[in-house]
Amino acid sequence: MSKVDAPAEAPSPQYLAWLRQQRRNRLTVRGSQFIILVIFLVLWEILPRAQLINPLFTSYPSAIWPTFVEMLQATPQQPSILAHTWATVLATVVGFTAAMVLGIAIAAALWRWDGLYKVVDPYLVVANAMPKIAFVPIFYIWLGAVLSIYGMSLAISLFITILMIYSGFQGIDPNRVKLAQTFGATKWQILTKVILPGSVPTLIATLKVNAGLSLVGVVVGEFQSANLGLGYLVVYGSQIFKMNIVMTAVTILAIVSSLMYLAISWLENAIMRRR
Amino acid sequence: MPDAAPAGSVRPKVELRGVGLRYFGLDGETEALKDISLQIAPGEFTAIIGPSGCGKSTLLSLIAGIVEPTEGSVLVDGAAVSGPSRKVGYMLQQDYLFEWRSILDNTLLGAEIQGADMRQARERATALLTRYGLGQFLHHLPRQLSGGMRQRVALARTLCTDPDVILLDEPFSALDSQTRLALADEVVEILRRERKTAILVTHDIGEAVSMTERVIVMSRRPGRVRSEHAIRFASPDGHRPAPFAARNAPEFNGYFNTLWKELEVHVEG
Repeated sequence: MSKVDAPAEAPSPQYLAWLRQQRRNRLTVRGSQFIILVIFLVLWEILPRAQLINPLFTSYPSAIWPTFVEMLQATPQQPSILAHTWATVLATVVGFTAAMVLGIAIAAALWRWDGLYKVVDPYLVVANAMPKIAFVPIFYIWLGAVLSIYGMSLAISLFITILMIYSGFQGIDPNRVKLAQTFGATKWQILTKVILPGSVPTLIATLKVNAGLSLVGVVVGEFQSANLGLGYLVVYGSQIFKMNIVMTAVTILAIVSSLMYLAISWLENAIMRRR
Repeated sequence: MPDAAPAGSVRPKVELRGVGLRYFGLDGETEALKDISLQIAPGEFTAIIGPSGCGKSTLLSLIAGIVEPTEGSVLVDGAAVSGPSRKVGYMLQQDYLFEWRSILDNTLLGAEIQGADMRQARERATALLTRYGLGQFLHHLPRQLSGGMRQRVALARTLCTDPDVILLDEPFSALDSQTRLALADEVVEILRRERKTAILVTHDIGEAVSMTERVIVMSRRPGRVRSEHAIRFASPDGHRPAPFAARNAPEFNGYFNTLWKELEVHVEG
């Protein structure tokens, strides 16, 4: 009666052919993806060298690694590029973790007190639609050079986090809540035993969104106020017209955001495998 | 025809006195249930049938204490119901097993919520699941089980907190007809053996006649009690036949047709 399929004794030739076809399709997709990356990098290298593009504007991909190695060394004026990267990563992780914790707490409060939700709903929607980047200079004045970056990272991801998680809570089948009620569950028990565990897929989807947003908040915050961080390096490099510094910082940002995405996907797989 | 008065001397297990329920909306109020009075004796199996939307499921929510009546009162063991009670267990239309909990942990949900002794509860849950043929699936996840097995887990979850009264809200409606028939036999046997009082809400006349001793027919909204029918099967050993056997008993068709007409007349009216 259990829904476990019995394995076929010997795979048929048709099945083996199908498997080969699947493998070919997968390789074609991966190969195409790789080719696109190679074409991009080759054009970026060749066009400036052929003077079709002003190399002053774009630098070269081949310049990135040497720039990176050179910048590993801290100088009296400039800390190591690893310190810059760490500052950005730390602010991002703190930002989206805080957004997640606060977002869940606020969404839970809105779920608990429906009247509260009705009152604050329009403010939440406006706060979410507002371009938070406009607050960068204000945060700088209010919070100072370092805290304003954390503040930006939180502000940019908090409201969408609240809205996504709250709508996830609302999406839980009311009959599951009814089931808990028949056993006499309190609101708190319904939250911890039904709503929160039932919202895990929503929480992961939210994490994916707000991790990316937090990184945006940090970089923008660093544009304004920092003397440390990848956002600062981008601004610094462009001010002294050293595009190789800018491109190196941007490349590291691309790697950091890819790694964050991979980490969250890994977390997702680890959790969903248990379901 | 309405001749099914429960024994007067015994205090009813569940009693409804002049219960009415109205829903309020900005565009007016809706009368869902009107002046319902019922008595259900300890150990009795009662079915409530009626057209959809007649409020029969709402009636169960009232007895379970998760909805409050606008008029009248609901009593369990002579005491007014003022909220969910441990004496009452509720089995919903679908199993609503939590996919993140193992079969055993799903069964333990009620005990956990009620703050029961978890070691005892775990023993009881294991015993129940084993008796229902799920002993080897304790640590499986719900998605690994078939529909009939899942519904048996839901029954174990309801019985794990040992309520006296079991409310069954179309508990087989999500199952295929074969599983349905088999599970009806099992559920009736289990509930009788445990001496539970059961109230079954269904729109399936055959299910009502074959499983219960008394069928209450409700009218269209606002739901009221239209008629009551005692269901009796002659049996050589004095025991009531199991639901599947009852469907082949000579009395079955008579009851079925009577109830069918009750409902049909009402569709025209």
